[in-house]
Amino acid sequence: MPDLLVARVQMGLFLGFHIVFAAIGIAMPFLMAAAHARALRGNDSASRELTRAWSRGVAIFFAVGAVSGTVLAFELGLLWPRFMEHAGPIIGMPFSWEGFAFFVEAIALGLFLYGAERLKGWVHWASGVAVGISGVLSGMFVVCANAWMNHPAGFDWVDGQARNIDPWAAMFNRAALGQGVHMILAAFEATGFAVAGVHAFGLLRRPGSAFHRQALHIALAMGAVAAIVQPLSGDRLAKAAAEWQPAKFAAMESLFHTSRPAPILLGGIPDEGTQSVALGIEVPRLLSFLAHGDFDAEVAGLDRVPRDEWPPVAAVHLAFQVMVACGSILALAGVCVLLALWRRPQWLERRRVLWVFVLLSPLGFVALEAGWAVTEVGRQPWIIYGILRTADAVTPMPGLVYPFMLFTAMYGLLAAAVAWLMVRQFRHVH
Amino acid sequence: MYIEAAAGYLGVSVVLYAVFGGADFGAGMQEAFLGAHRRAEQRDVITEAMGPVWEANHIWLIIALVVLFNGFPRAFSTLSVAFHLPLIVMLLGIVLRGCSFTFRHYDTHKDQSHAVYSALFAAASFLTPFMLGVVAGGMMLGRVGAGGGYLERYVLPWASAFSAAVGLFVCALFAFLAAVYLVGETEDAELRGRFAGRAKVANGLSVGAGGLVFLAAQADGFPLVQRFLAHPASLACMVLATAALAPLWVALSKGRTSTARVLAASQVALVLGGWFALQYPVLIAASEPITLASAAAPDAVLRPLLYALIAGTVLVLPVLVFLLRVFKMRTPGHDG
Repeated sequence: MPDLLVARVQMGLFLGFHIVFAAIGIAMPFLMAAAHARALRGNDSASRELTRAWSRGVAIFFAVGAVSGTVLAFELGLLWPRFMEHAGPIIGMPFSWEGFAFFVEAIALGLFLYGAERLKGWVHWASGVAVGISGVLSGMFVVCANAWMNHPAGFDWVDGQARNIDPWAAMFNRAALGQGVHMILAAFEATGFAVAGVHAFGLLRRPGSAFHRQALHIALAMGAVAAIVQPLSGDRLAKAAAEWQPAKFAAMESLFHTSRPAPILLGGIPDEGTQSVALGIEVPRLLSFLAHGDFDAEVAGLDRVPRDEWPPVAAVHLAFQVMVACGSILALAGVCVLLALWRRPQWLERRRVLWVFVLLSPLGFVALEAGWAVTEVGRQPWIIYGILRTADAVTPMPGLVYPFMLFTAMYGLLAAAVAWLMVRQFRHVH
Repeated sequence: MYIEAAAGYLGVSVVLYAVFGGADFGAGMQEAFLGAHRRAEQRDVITEAMGPVWEANHIWLIIALVVLFNGFPRAFSTLSVAFHLPLIVMLLGIVLRGCSFTFRHYDTHKDQSHAVYSALFAAASFLTPFMLGVVAGGMMLGRVGAGGGYLERYVLPWASAFSAAVGLFVCALFAFLAAVYLVGETEDAELRGRFAGRAKVANGLSVGAGGLVFLAAQADGFPLVQRFLAHPASLACMVLATAALAPLWVALSKGRTSTARVLAASQVALVLGGWFALQYPVLIAASEPITLASAAAPDAVLRPLLYALIAGTVLVLPVLVFLLRVFKMRTPGHDG
């Protein structure tokens, strides 16, 4: 494998791994705090037990997220030294804030996990909430930097060098808020449904368990609200991509030819060579409306983009379809869940419904990974959109395949270890 | 002025990482030498001492890294290319150390898996500081940017007797720091005695490893002694660090844990301070040295960076002090 490809796959592995732990680290403290608040209010052994169980989960996921995040911070330079040399000073601002948010998060976590006997009840509770809030901020700051890679701002590019750098303008680039909100919602959605699935399985094994019932309700409520709001955020981002990153948008939709009006493609396998799509269902005019709010609008296709600036179309299209499909299913499930929680909570404990939650549990994370692939792969061949190519940013060091194999083995083992720990944990609470 | 201020913040965060995060690695190293007698209890002391603070201590590394790539981007990219290999080994150590420690604490089943966690925890606690030392040695030695093939560009900058000696020195220093801190983490007289004894051994080893650094420098043709003589500030740091040895041993022997902690931390800070003074204004010695000025981002970047660092510090420091007060000042009877 050529070194550039190895570097890209390795970065993909690092990010794809970290994003799961980071998302859980953002959302799970709020679950924990919700259970904790109940435990503090009443003498209810189920919520005390639940707080303990979820804190263990937060501790494990946070630790893996923290160390894999450290790896990422270094690997940005190790794999892409030219990128960091240019981008470091421009987007260092959100990274600095992320560092401090992460600091508060780590401190608050230490206070929460070890402070039960040393802190007053409400201070202890607040430290748990602080973990979640600083986790959200931390995630928002990191996404600011990623949004900048999609929408570079805050500098002038003169003769291959950044001039007139304005770190604030770079940080508050036009995509930062939209992308950040989408990521945070994804974290809540994915974590909510994943945790709900685990406890639905617990209820299947021990019907009527107060512990699992309470867990299921809290996790579902969080996941459902996020899943219902998420399509609105996604719609805004897609419209922004259509306007600002036409190549990415055209690849997402497999639109090879500029069309007026443009149909939307459901499914389908695009072929870059013949510039055609096999299979798939077309819905006339819908893409024009979704992209520009007008059923007759023109949508730019890949024919408007120089051939050497195309992202890998099939991968981006597939990832986008997977994300939208999973997101739609969860949004629908979210509406049903909220209605049930409001009128008929006992429905949620029917065996068939519980099995549905078990089946839904990975979908949020599938959507999260797919969505991340859309934004990263869809930006190729650029590492800084329109400014610096990924190929020009990679380290000159050859033989990247060996570190890649080493880290792949380690992360594989680590993922297996975490899964195994979770199974042991789950058996323990029974 | 902005360059010096940013460099100052970088230096302080490296010192804080060594003084706090370094001790966590040192505590992991201790676990390899606990002996059979009261092994589990000593391990509990270590776990209780590190548990609430190690993740916060680790963040100083992230802060230092951010200041480096934000304020001195060319130094970061040079470092990333020339020291790719030792840095990835260091990262492996960071991942394995953090995960094994956390898994050991939170794994609900207490079975043989805990032996695996402990072994990984101890091994990774050696690996990471050793590699940090290897990179630091390479930053001094000046074999970066020599050109040539794979070996010259990606291996020889750090594969030297000097780098290895600095790596050992860092390990010994961190182990010593941890042992001194751990004395104050228990009220059990016997365990305190064992940690104090280990602190003295590690202190002896640090002095020995420090000597080894000078010998290795000679072997690698690096005039370390002359450099010290030419930099009075570095020399002063070394003299002060050595002079602190006597009161430190007295404090350890008399069980004055706070005094011993402050002295040990100051010694580590002085060692680092001496290194900074020796390097200044060079960040990475190389065929074309990377200096603070040549690596620095423009003022338009450094100024807002400094504002952010100041604001961030003002936000974080009170919380950090609260954390340390809650967990590290709990035994008034032992002034620890």
